[in-house]
Amino acid sequence: MIATIMKTVLMVNILLVVIAYITWAERKILGRMQIRHGPMRVGWHGLLQPIADGVKLATKELIVPTGADSLLFLIAPVITLVFALVPFAVIPFAGAPVWQITDVNIGLLFILAASSLGMYGIVIGGWSSNSKYSLMGALRSVAQMISYEVPLILALIGPVMLSGSFSMSKMVAAQEQAGYWFIFLQPLAFVVFLISGVAETNRVPFDMVEAEGELVCGFHTEYSGMAFSVFFLAEYANMILISAIATLCFLGGWQRPFPTVGFLSFLDVVPEIVWFSLKIGFFLFLYIWLRATLPRIRYDQLMYLGWKMLLPVVLLNIFLVGLFKFYSIPLLIYYLITFFTTVGCVAWCSKHFYE
Amino acid sequence: MLTNYLPILFLFFLAAGIGTAMMVGGSLVRPKNQYAEKNSAYECGIDPVGDAMERVKPRYYVYAMIFLAFDVEAVFLFSWAIVFERLGFFALVEMFLFILILILGLLYAWYKGALQWGN
Repeated sequence: MIATIMKTVLMVNILLVVIAYITWAERKILGRMQIRHGPMRVGWHGLLQPIADGVKLATKELIVPTGADSLLFLIAPVITLVFALVPFAVIPFAGAPVWQITDVNIGLLFILAASSLGMYGIVIGGWSSNSKYSLMGALRSVAQMISYEVPLILALIGPVMLSGSFSMSKMVAAQEQAGYWFIFLQPLAFVVFLISGVAETNRVPFDMVEAEGELVCGFHTEYSGMAFSVFFLAEYANMILISAIATLCFLGGWQRPFPTVGFLSFLDVVPEIVWFSLKIGFFLFLYIWLRATLPRIRYDQLMYLGWKMLLPVVLLNIFLVGLFKFYSIPLLIYYLITFFTTVGCVAWCSKHFYE
Repeated sequence: MLTNYLPILFLFFLAAGIGTAMMVGGSLVRPKNQYAEKNSAYECGIDPVGDAMERVKPRYYVYAMIFLAFDVEAVFLFSWAIVFERLGFFALVEMFLFILILILGLLYAWYKGALQWGN
C-alpha cells in the first residue's frame, strides 16, 4: 500500500518534470526547424528555461474577469489537470508489474472515460470566463473533441478484438505472444488514431480552439498566471497519454524493435522502460513536427475530415480485423491487404479533402 | 477486486491536490492589484459589449446528437469486441449488420446535410 502511494507520487512528479522539459524541447525543435536557436540564455542551451517559466507564471497576477463565475473559473483548470493525470494510473511503463500503479482489467475503457471527462474543464472554463472568445473557443473545442472521439474510440476496437482484453498490460502481452505488433495488422486504425489523437489534444493542425488569428486564445483567453499553466500542464499530459496509448496498443509497448528477430537480441540490454520512453518520445516529436509543418485547417474541413473520412475508414478497419480473425488468411497476404487499403484510403482522403 | 481501484482514487486526490496547491500557493507570491479596466473581459481593448453567457449556434447540438448515437455504438462494439471470438461467426455477421445499419444512419445524416458545417 505504502509502496503504491510512493510509486504514484513519484510517477506524478516525474510526469510533471517531463512535461516541463517537453515545453523546452518543443521550443528548441521548433527553433531548429525555423533555422534559429530557440531558448539559449537561461542555463546551458536554455536547459533551465522551464524553471524560469514556472517562476514567471507563479508570480503573475491571476485575473478573474468581471461577471465571471469565479468559483467555476478557478475550478476548471484543476478539473482538466485531474482528468489528464488520472488515466496514467493504469498505464504500464514496462513489463514487470512494478512499473504499473494498478492493473485494472478495464484499463482501456477507464482511460477513455477519464480522459473524456477532461472536456468538462474546458467547457466550464470557457463558459465561466464571461468572454465571447472563451465561449466560442470552448464550444468549438468540445464539438471538435466529441467529433474526433468517435474515430479515436473505434480505432481502439481493433486492438481490443485482437488481444481480447481491455487491460493495457495484457494488450502488450498479446502482441508479445502473437509475435507481431498490431500496427502491422491494422495500419488503418493506427493512422486514424494518430490523426484523431492530435485533434483530441487540440494541437496544430487542429488547434481551432486557439486560432490566434480569430479567437485570441480560445477557452483560456481570460486565464493568466498559474491557472493558465495548469491548463497547459493538462494539455501536455494529454499528449503524453495519447502517445502512451498509441505505443501500448499499436507499437508493442516496451518491446524492442523486431522482437522476433533473433540476431537483434543484443538490443535487450536496453531496459524496457527506455524503449517505452523512446516510442513515446517519437510520438511527441511527431506532435512538434506537425506544429512546425502544417497550417491550421478550416473548421468545416475539420468536421468533414472527422465525420466523412475517418469514421467510414475506421469502420472498414473493424470489418478487416473481424475477417482476419475468422478466416485464417496467411499473415503476409493480410499485411499486403491492409497496407494497400491504408495507402488507398490515405490517397483517396487526401485527394477529396479540399472539396 | 475493488481494491485495484484504490490507487486510482489516490491519484485522483493527489492530482486535485497538486492543481489546488498550484492555484492557491501562487497567491502567496503573486501581486494583487486589480481595477475595473484590468478585470474587464478581453475584447480587443474596447469595453466589452453585453454578456457572454448567451445563446449559441444550434449547429453544435446536431453534432452532439450524432456523437451520442456513435458513442453508444462504441459501447456495444467494445463489449462485442472482447468476446467475439468465443461467440463465433454468427456474432461477427450480426455485428457487421449492426454496423451497416449505423452506416445507413450516417449516410442519411450526410444526405440531410447534418454533417455539413456552415448553413
